[in-house]
Amino acid sequence: RLLAEAVVHFPATLVEVTLGAGAGGKIGLRNYVEEEQGEPGGGGARGTARNGTPARPPRPPAEPARTVVTELWLAEDEFQEVAVAPGSCITFCLKEFRGLLTFAEASNLPLTIYYDVPGRPAVFTLDDPLLEVHLVLATLADPESGSRSPTANGASVSPAPPDDFADDLESYMMAVETSAYEGGSGAPPSPTFPLRTPGPAHSEPEEEQEEEEAVPGTPPHKKFRSLFFGSVLTPGEPRLAPTQEVLAEDSDGEY
Amino acid sequence: MRFRAKIVDLACLNHFSRVVNTVARLAKTCTLRLAEDKLYFILSDKVANGGVSVWCELCQGNFFDEFQMEGVAAEHNEIYLELVPENLSRALKTAQNAKTVKIKLTNKHCPCLTVAVELPSLSSTSRIVTHDIPVGVIPRRLWSDFREPSVPDFDVSIYLPVLKTMKSVVERMKNLSNYIVIEANLSGEMNLKIETDLVSVTTHFKDLGNPPWVSDDESPSSAQGKDLESMAEARIDIKKLLQLLAGQQVNPTKALCNIVSRRIVHFILLHEDVSLQYFIPALA
Repeated sequence: RLLAEAVVHFPATLVEVTLGAGAGGKIGLRNYVEEEQGEPGGGGARGTARNGTPARPPRPPAEPARTVVTELWLAEDEFQEVAVAPGSCITFCLKEFRGLLTFAEASNLPLTIYYDVPGRPAVFTLDDPLLEVHLVLATLADPESGSRSPTANGASVSPAPPDDFADDLESYMMAVETSAYEGGSGAPPSPTFPLRTPGPAHSEPEEEQEEEEAVPGTPPHKKFRSLFFGSVLTPGEPRLAPTQEVLAEDSDGEY
Repeated sequence: MRFRAKIVDLACLNHFSRVVNTVARLAKTCTLRLAEDKLYFILSDKVANGGVSVWCELCQGNFFDEFQMEGVAAEHNEIYLELVPENLSRALKTAQNAKTVKIKLTNKHCPCLTVAVELPSLSSTSRIVTHDIPVGVIPRRLWSDFREPSVPDFDVSIYLPVLKTMKSVVERMKNLSNYIVIEANLSGEMNLKIETDLVSVTTHFKDLGNPPWVSDDESPSSAQGKDLESMAEARIDIKKLLQLLAGQQVNPTKALCNIVSRRIVHFILLHEDVSLQYFIPALA
């Protein structure tokens, strides 16, 4: 319930929120503004779905100045139990989280959040003698760190990405998209760096078709539920790395 | 350039939120002018806005418990900011039962108006939510763009009917036409008319009363020379009118409009501590 009250402060269209453990025993929530892409949320999706151009319309260079940044700090003693490493923080998708909160509030169950380093998934659990709920959300990878783990649904504002980690995000999303379209094969069509340029071009028409089929106004991240079941894309590795832990199995095994 | 203000009283906060909501419905971007004793929300008439202009004046003492402002220079002790009122409105929306709300001008990655809301919470320390609303600082050389618009040389000035009634009438009319004709005379009669190929609808209001204006240069006797029955009319965009009416959550103390035939309609809404002027140009 506490968290439900907290998320009210964030605008309904906000895509991602950062949860962090700050100094002085406070837990903070902050809306996350993507550096490269300016306004988070539905704007980019509309651009790609409606016009049929093969190249994504280029977004204006970052306007992070134009979005309202909201920050909320909660005291540790507002939580029932806190065990966090100070300075740790993760960024995840707010929309799915809100859904879970609505459910948790209605069922009056305590919510526990388990998280690791940025990039590793975060698990939200509700426990009850009768019911156990685990929500696994991908978290945004820290661009400075070397890890190339799956990232959150940045593709809702998918423009032509420049050449840093957002690129991996792009190609990962591309891979997941295509694989979802092809029936969840799990093996991305263009997993390696050199092939990435033709990759997006290849999956573009498919993606656009998918988007057009979607109900107008449907937020694009509804499609990316496949994130939970997706495989980890690590550039240079054509296969699913065996050391990667799959937290939730792809349930549609049949094609 | 510094600005800090604090609202402690819940009623003041609600009132301020309502004003900001109203402004948010009228303009996407507007100018906030901070003076020593007043705040102004200004939208100047540009083609991009469809020629409408807004002038909303608030007495800071009626809202803020603390108000400290240092303008750009000693002789020009004011600050002009460009902001999106919708952002401010949303930030205040979550502050409905706050203990205090502080607004300050800060410089994060860009100049921001930081709204810090202190909310009651279960723990010992209250919860603080901050919203950093990016604003643009308007340089002094552009301040002359935002002067208070003068009251036009109107043909008719009349009190408006109950805004709720007027709003429901205009809302229905909006479905039929994009333009509405407002006409009124000095006998307290006003008509709202729309006309399409298929139908024309007119709503008549009577006994509205005409506000007495004291003119500086003309003697009062000249007013009697005017024909009390003749209507001054203006055809305006119905959506603009509806934006004004829909944004009113509280009935104003005084609501009137001045019509310059076929040129402009000037609405004045007065509450105890807020005055709102809205100009809608007439269309051919």
